Amino acid sequence: MPLLEVTNLRTSFHTRHGIVRAVNDVSFSLEKGDTLGIVGESGSGKSVTCYSLMRLIPQPPGRIEGGAALFGGVDLLKASPEQLSKIRGKRISMIFQDPMTSLNPYLRISEQLIEPLLIHENISRADALKRGIAALAEVGVPDAEKRIRSYPHEFSGGMRQRVMIAMALITKPELLIADEPTTALDVTVQAQILDLVKKMQRELGMAVIWITHDLGVVAGFCQRVQVMYAGRLVERATADELFQNTAHPYTRALQKSIPALQPKGAALYTIPGMPPDLSRNLEGCPFAPRCEYAQEQCKQPVELKDIAPNHATACLRVQKNEITF
Amino acid sequence: MSAEFPIVTQHAGEIEPGHSLWQDAWHRLRQNKLAVIGGVFVAILSLICLLAIVIAPGSYAKTNLALGATAPSSAHWLGTDILGRDMLSRILFGGCISLSVGLAATLVSVIIGVLYGAISGYLGGRVDVILMRIVDIIYSLPFVIFVILILVVFGKHIVLLFMAIGAVSWLDMARIVRGQVMSLKRQEFVEAAVALGLRKRQIILRHMIPNVLGIVAIYATLIVPSVMLLEAFLSFLGLGVQAPMSSWGTLINDGRKTMEEYPWLLIYPSLFFSLTLFSLNFLGDGLRDALDVRASKD
Repeated sequence: MPLLEVTNLRTSFHTRHGIVRAVNDVSFSLEKGDTLGIVGESGSGKSVTCYSLMRLIPQPPGRIEGGAALFGGVDLLKASPEQLSKIRGKRISMIFQDPMTSLNPYLRISEQLIEPLLIHENISRADALKRGIAALAEVGVPDAEKRIRSYPHEFSGGMRQRVMIAMALITKPELLIADEPTTALDVTVQAQILDLVKKMQRELGMAVIWITHDLGVVAGFCQRVQVMYAGRLVERATADELFQNTAHPYTRALQKSIPALQPKGAALYTIPGMPPDLSRNLEGCPFAPRCEYAQEQCKQPVELKDIAPNHATACLRVQKNEITF
Repeated sequence: MSAEFPIVTQHAGEIEPGHSLWQDAWHRLRQNKLAVIGGVFVAILSLICLLAIVIAPGSYAKTNLALGATAPSSAHWLGTDILGRDMLSRILFGGCISLSVGLAATLVSVIIGVLYGAISGYLGGRVDVILMRIVDIIYSLPFVIFVILILVVFGKHIVLLFMAIGAVSWLDMARIVRGQVMSLKRQEFVEAAVALGLRKRQIILRHMIPNVLGIVAIYATLIVPSVMLLEAFLSFLGLGVQAPMSSWGTLINDGRKTMEEYPWLLIYPSLFFSLTLFSLNFLGDGLRDALDVRASKD
């Protein structure tokens, strides 16, 4: 049985401008200890997918319209607040995009770091503090014993993200959801944070869902990748497969947009057009209006289908073997 | 410079324990001379008023009709009123009432107002609508009629005066806190707290309220003078403290009646009252500057 099994997740936001279908019929599963990358541009629904799993969508305007997310026999989408409180921070933890704002400025690091322990485990403050110091040292904060008494504003961005990671992992969760945790950091720190999460994953044997828009991060870190566009999954494969046998024009376009892979001096490749307006009902392939391979047939509804073991695509023309990249 | 702006060193082994925003604010507050003088003055005055029961030169109620109103002298430092009562005693006892009305109203507004506003703002939705409409309804009652109603129904009693003032003083605080919490709850650290498994109650108590206390502290110092004015106003109308008890409001009212013949009966209570209000306002101003995070950047 997989650790997490998501089927037909649909989340939408009811706004004044209509219903925005941010996540549309997304299904995937995750095994114990697995690393799954979710890639897509801003607004593709990758964060909303994970926020839905944690039930962090502000309601209203957000609403989880349907689907199921089985985690250890519990449907996260229908769990009671008590069940959720026991899972959040204990069995599933999350780290966020911006370490500058994800710590409470008025509380000492120690207070925030041991909070999950005090909530989820029957432990004394003194013991919790000891484990907090150990956890802080583990994520590479020097002089943890003294630094734990500092306040968030006395830490740099990279250090704060380390604190966030220590906080998320202090209860030894089975699943870590990382929502673009390196986006707000500079490049050298990004690599450190990636290595740190890798190391902790090896030690704890936890599964990781890594949300990112950076294909480079995916290549180096994830075993499996799924690409999202306009709230749907458009391609799913192992990381190697995805780069060697790309099977969706959108994934191909994303790869072509990586500046480092382009000849020096050439104009940067950008995908023409804009992502579709999700408040409109999209018939057929959502990427078709921006796709250089699009044909009349792309207006038909299309589903994610396996084209090889461990490789699925939602491109009709690839499924029919009409195009390859 | 380093004494004024402590810098946390990065070297292992010599890290100072962290400076919280509160410690920084305290540091800045101490730099502000007016605020410090204000704070010290109010503290000393409160202490003296509290001790009035022991150290007051005379009783606030003991009349001496033969003596009548006398100008300040060595026997009665601030003179006596028309019934021969010692003014210094009356002012000190009156200060007790005035300051405790201010304190009580502040406590009520901090405890009820902060909790009420934080709950309303954090839960949002229908709960918020209902709680805020209740505030609107209490707000829309004309205050004087409200107080008169209470006093007519329950009789004149000093406790009721406290209750009446307390009942309205938390409304502004609730609104202010609600607004702050509504903007706070969209911040990522709250999301992170939810993701860690904290319940709503824990988030409100541990993450919302500490973050709004800065504004609460500022507003609380501004409530004290406004409530003391309110008490003076009610006493002035004859709805507040009843003779022979005194408050600064009643003393000023009595003094007003005879200010042409015995000006000291008006001047001294007014002096105490104004100085206290000045001090509290300076303290409030100082707190506002000290706790303003934007100001702390430079």
